[in-house]
Formats: sequence, structure tokens, C-alpha cells
Amino acid sequence: MDELIVSLSRWQFALTTIYHFFFVPLTLGLSVLVAIMETQYVKTGDLIYKNMTKFWGKLFVINFAMGVVTGLVQEFQFGMNWSEYSRYVGDIFGAPLAIEALLAFFLESTFLGIWIFGWDKLSKKMHLISIWLVAFGSSVSAFWILVANSFMQAPMGFVEENGRLVMNDFWALVTNPNVWVQFPHTIFSGFTTGAMFVIGISGYHLYKNQNNEFFTKSFRLASLFGILSILLVILIGHSQGQQMIKTQPMKMASAEALWNSEDPASFSLISIVNEKEKKDIFSFRIPRILSLLSYNQFSGKVEGINQLQDYYAEKYGSGNYIPPISVTYWAFRAMVGSGFLIFFIIALILFFVLRNKDIFKFSWSRFIPFAITLPYIANSSGWILTEMGRQPWVVFGYLKTADAVTPNLTVGMILTSLIGFGLVYTGLMVADIYLLAKFSKGPIFQEEAEESEISYWESEI
Amino acid sequence: MTLNTIWFLLIAVLFIGYFILEGFDFGVGILLPFVGKNDTERRMMINTIGPHWDGNEVWLITAGGAMFAAFPQWYATLFSGFYLVLFLMLIALIIRGVAFEFRSKDENPKWRTFWDWVIFIGSFIPAFLWGVALTNFIRGVPIDANFHFIGNFWNLISGYSLIGGLVSLTGFTLQGAIFLSLKLEEQFAIRINKIARKLWIPNIIAVFLFAIETYFLTDILDRLGVNPGFVPIAAVLSLLTVGWLVYQNYNGWAFFINCLAILFSTTTIFMILYPRVLVSSIDKNLSLTIINSASSPYTLKVMSIIALIFLPFVLGYQIWAYWVFRKRITSNKESLHY
Repeated sequence: MDELIVSLSRWQFALTTIYHFFFVPLTLGLSVLVAIMETQYVKTGDLIYKNMTKFWGKLFVINFAMGVVTGLVQEFQFGMNWSEYSRYVGDIFGAPLAIEALLAFFLESTFLGIWIFGWDKLSKKMHLISIWLVAFGSSVSAFWILVANSFMQAPMGFVEENGRLVMNDFWALVTNPNVWVQFPHTIFSGFTTGAMFVIGISGYHLYKNQNNEFFTKSFRLASLFGILSILLVILIGHSQGQQMIKTQPMKMASAEALWNSEDPASFSLISIVNEKEKKDIFSFRIPRILSLLSYNQFSGKVEGINQLQDYYAEKYGSGNYIPPISVTYWAFRAMVGSGFLIFFIIALILFFVLRNKDIFKFSWSRFIPFAITLPYIANSSGWILTEMGRQPWVVFGYLKTADAVTPNLTVGMILTSLIGFGLVYTGLMVADIYLLAKFSKGPIFQEEAEESEISYWESEI
Repeated sequence: MTLNTIWFLLIAVLFIGYFILEGFDFGVGILLPFVGKNDTERRMMINTIGPHWDGNEVWLITAGGAMFAAFPQWYATLFSGFYLVLFLMLIALIIRGVAFEFRSKDENPKWRTFWDWVIFIGSFIPAFLWGVALTNFIRGVPIDANFHFIGNFWNLISGYSLIGGLVSLTGFTLQGAIFLSLKLEEQFAIRINKIARKLWIPNIIAVFLFAIETYFLTDILDRLGVNPGFVPIAAVLSLLTVGWLVYQNYNGWAFFINCLAILFSTTTIFMILYPRVLVSSIDKNLSLTIINSASSPYTLKVMSIIALIFLPFVLGYQIWAYWVFRKRITSNKESLHY
């Protein structure tokens, strides 16, 4: 298979997927936060919660639209660029995608439409249920797409028949241990993203001393929600690492730049490697810590890149089974680093919030909005680690990425689509950020009383 | 009936639902810059489909997912073979969906006009391309013995497929006009009805040409016989009836019958196909069928159970959503979202 075709297709898949995943986590998190705000409104009748629901809801809708349309590309792309993959695993992989559409996409899209347009057409309760269904639908969608992805990481529930993989146990697909670490890790990362988003924008206003009550309430809610979410992300991320050691030891070895097996194994604090000659240029490692992370004890063997390469070459035939080490190594660090940074920032904020102290009298608090970028870095680098660390496989142990590509593609075709998506996506990103910035700055619609109700959406038109 | 046939039917149903629903979405988008004389009118038009367009699009996503799950070879050959067509379709659907959300979020008239044209382009392209794509299903495309599409973009473009494109383009535009005449306040609706009367004519001409070419260029005679039976005849009859109804200003009936016209004509395409899913133009025996492109019986069974449980819910709440927003859209600014 032509190498250029493979790499162009990979670039296209990577760029469109990372782009898509800029919007998904915020949808996951913000939908729940908006639903909590509206719940407060319905419970207390306090209009400030209604205004909060509408303010954050508007930002949610702008973001949601981008997630939906870029998601279309994902479903089409498996067939367009990866037809051999689709033929080989379609029997298994197609099912969760179809189920995702049927169970999640219909729910999300229908009830979001009802929610946006239904403020004065539905009872308060029904309107509230709509946003909860949107939030629920988003999480259901995450579940099924991760069932599909987990199959690629740790294939289960199938047999090989006539050169194709055929499902023989749907239950095994759904109960794949990989799903049950990957799904909560992703969901809570999404929740963290939503929390950081609300914290950042509220922080911007609070620092400028604007709309104090409105944003203080948002800020407090988001920091509580955020601390729980990021704690769960970190805890589950730890289990995920232990799962990875079992199913994809090469991913762990390369994320740690561990050339040779060690027992007890050391954790790399910083390594600069020469990938070609398979050696460190510079490395500083902390003894025993990788064993600790892998097995919750200070000893235990972690396989190294060289040993795994030999093992795979024997098992699957000669070839290079080492993923790009610098990419996985730094992606891992970017993910974990920004994850912990988020944790410390939210913990610090909460320290002030819980004691009712004003954090915004400190001048450094004006940097809080910049922390919004952290979850985006963590989300993207997490997926880069997950997907790049699996290379050269697309379905671990069964199908290599190079064998998955569509055979009748030409370089011209892929360049056309790659450049086309690139241009359109860039343009949309500019428009999206423009609108998000515009509506983040306000105005905050102040609804005075139920009688004079004017829908928020029209307030500034 | 085998599970393979059931899934073929289900995918046909999903496409029919998609064409009926997103058909009027596309139509509204196509008519938007021409019929909406000012910003309020355009907003009214977009608001007729505002709560629904996203849910309507999920019919396509589900059809694609069902195709992938039940007939992975069909999915793989179709999506890779129609690469550039689908790329254009994706770009169109992307910019269109975003445009709905973005256009009213800034007051600048240039901003709004820009997104209105984006909505137009994003609706026009898929409305046309669906006809091109379906025509190629039955006309046949170069597929070899390994199920690989071995042609290029130009294999998909012919006089016949372009006529097919015109059928769907004019059909969806008409569907959109009739829908608008139901959903907009009276005065505006009367104006739209006049437009629907004009739109019906190119549609019936395109369908007529398409039907003739279909007899020459596909194996419809082998499939359906000289007398094609109820469905294709019903398709033509319902389209003729629509014309009469539109001229009589019976817009509710016109909409219902036009939905039937889309149902019957899409069904005709799938009847010509069955039991094939993609015809090979190299050798009819190399065509993809509901047997050789299908998933394993186990997968089909699992998927059938899931579809059986959840499809009724989906239909239920989608119908409910249309019920919630059944009222005509008025120019009262307070009720406009987009």
C-alpha cells in the first residue's frame, strides 16, 4: 500500500478527530452543569438560576452545533478512507456506531431542539427533563463510541472467519474492561472541561467585578463539580494505566521511554530520546515508581520496548512494533501534567470558596481564565497517546493501520478533502471563538419577573 | 423474511424518513435567500425547521450506522467509492448546520447575509447529490470481484445521474415550499403557495425524464416487469396529485401526498435494487447484495433486538417534538430563536 496515501489518510483522521474532540468534552460537561442550574431554578424558583441556565445554555448551544457537524465526518470517514478496516471489522465495529445513533444522537438532538425552542411551550418540569435528556444522551453517545474504540485497543467478543473478524459475543464487547476505565475517564474529563470553562469565564467577570452574584454562584458550582470530576479523572486514569500494562504493554513502555524491561521499574521524570538508535540522549528517572503505578507496589516487572519488540516480531512476524516514542512520551506528560495542574488550580479555588474568602483580590487571579486551555490540552494529548500508542496497529494484534486504508484512493483525492476540511474547519473555528468570546462577555440577561417574560434568545437581537 | 431482508428494509425506511424530513429542511434552506425578503422573514423561515433539522439529520447518521453494522461491505464500497461526492456532501452539511446556529448570533447584516448564503449552498449541494448518489446505486458503478470500487469521480457523473440530481433537488425544494406554506403565518404562506405552484413544474419534468431514462439505463424491466406494479405508479400519481392540491391551495393535503411521493419514489429505487445493494457496472454478477455484503447472522440478530426495542421510543419522541411545535410561525420577534 502506498505510504503517502496511508499517512495523508492518517493526518486527515487525526486532524478531523482532534478538532471534533475540541467540542465533545465541553458538550459532555456543560450539558450537566446547565441541567444542574435549571434544576436549581425549578426547585427554588429563583430567577438567577434561570438566567444562569440561559447564559451558559447559549454557550452550550454554540459549542454543541460544532460538535454535531464535525461528528458526521467521523462516521463517514471509516468508510471513505479506511474501507479495508470497515470490511475487516464492520461486523463488530458497525454495531456500536449504529446503536450510538439510535440511542444517543436522536435523544440529544431532538431534546436539544425542544429545549432551545420550548421555553414557553412546555411546563417547567418537562423543559428541565429535556436538558437532562440531552446530557444523558451525550454520555450514552460517549459510552457507545468508547465501546467501539475499546475494541480497537483490546479486541474481545469475536472470532476470525474467512479473513474477517466476526462478532460472537456482544456482551463481551460491552463488558470489555477497557470500556469501563476508558468511559468514566473520558466522561469525567468532559465534566472537568465543562467545569473549567465555567470557572474561567466566571473568573474573568469576577476579577472585573461584574455581575457578582450571578458569576459567584456559577463559580462555586463549577469548582465543586470540577474538583469531584478531576479527582475521578485522576483515580480512573490510574486504573487505566494498569489496564494498559496488561493489554498494551508497548503503549506504556513507549509512554515511559522504557527501553529495557525493569523490575522494579523506574518512572521517567524527563527523557530526551534518539528514536532511531533507540537510546536516551538525556534521562532522569525515579526508581520503583513505575512499578508502583503499574501494580500498586514497589516492585514488579514492566516490559521494555526492546523486549516487547522482539516478542511481537516473533508472534506477529517481522516488522516494527514500536509506536512513535517522542509523541507518546510527551503526550502522556502533557496529559498528566495538565490534569494535575487542573487539580491544583481547582483545589486552590475551592480553598477560598469554601472559606468564603475572595480570591479575586489577588492580582494573579486574573490568570484563571487561561486555565480553560488546560483541559483541552489534556483531552487532546490523552487521545494522541491512546491512538498513537497503539500504532502500528489499528486493531491491536489483528490489523495494521497500513493495511486498513482504502485501496482506490489517490493522493489528489485525499489532498482535496484534507485541504477542504482544513480550510472550512479553520474558518469555522474563527467564527466559533468569535461568538463564544462575544457571548462569554455578556450581556447577562436579567429576568425580572415571570410576567414580563421575554425569551433570552431575543434579548439582544 | 430473513434478517438480511429486514435490514435492507430498515435501511430503506431510514432513507425514506431522512428524505421526507430533511427534504423539507433542504427545501427551506434553498428557498431562504430568495423567498425571505428581509431579516424577519428569513428568521421565520429558519424557525420553521429550527427545533427539528438536527433530529432530522440523525436519520442519515442512523442510516449510515445501520449500513455499517448490517452490511459492512456495502458501507465500505459505497463510502470509499463515492469519496469526493461524500466529501462535498459533508462540507455542505457541516457549514449548513453551523450556519443555523451562528446566523442570528450577531446583528451585523453582512454576517447574517453571509450565513444565509451558507445555508443555501449547504442545502443545495446535498439536495442535488442525493439524487446523483441514488441514481448510481441502480445504474451501477465499477465494482470488481473483491467488492472494490475501481472507478473515479467521473464514473458517478452522467446525464442520467445529473437528471437524478435534479429530481431530488426540485423534489426537496417543492417539499420545503409546501412545508413552509403550512408552517408560516397566513399572508406569508399564501406567497409561498404561489412559489410551490411554480416549483412543481420542474419537478414533474425531471421525474418524467428520469423515469424514461431509468427504463433505458437500468434493469428495471427485469426487476419489476413492463407493468411496474403499484409503488412506482403510486409515486407518479401522488406527484401529479400534489400539483393539483397545491393549485387548489390544500397545503396540508399537498404536504401529506408529497411525503407519499417521496416515500413511493424512494421505495421504487430500493425495489429496483433489491436484493442487490450496489449494482456493479462491470458485471451484474459482481453486484453487492444483501447476502454477500452482510454481517454475520449473530450481529444481525443482536442489532434487530436493539432496533426493535428502541426504534418505537425514537419515533414516539420525534413525533412528539413536531406536536410541541405544531403552530404556525408568526413574525412576532419574541417567538423567534434563530
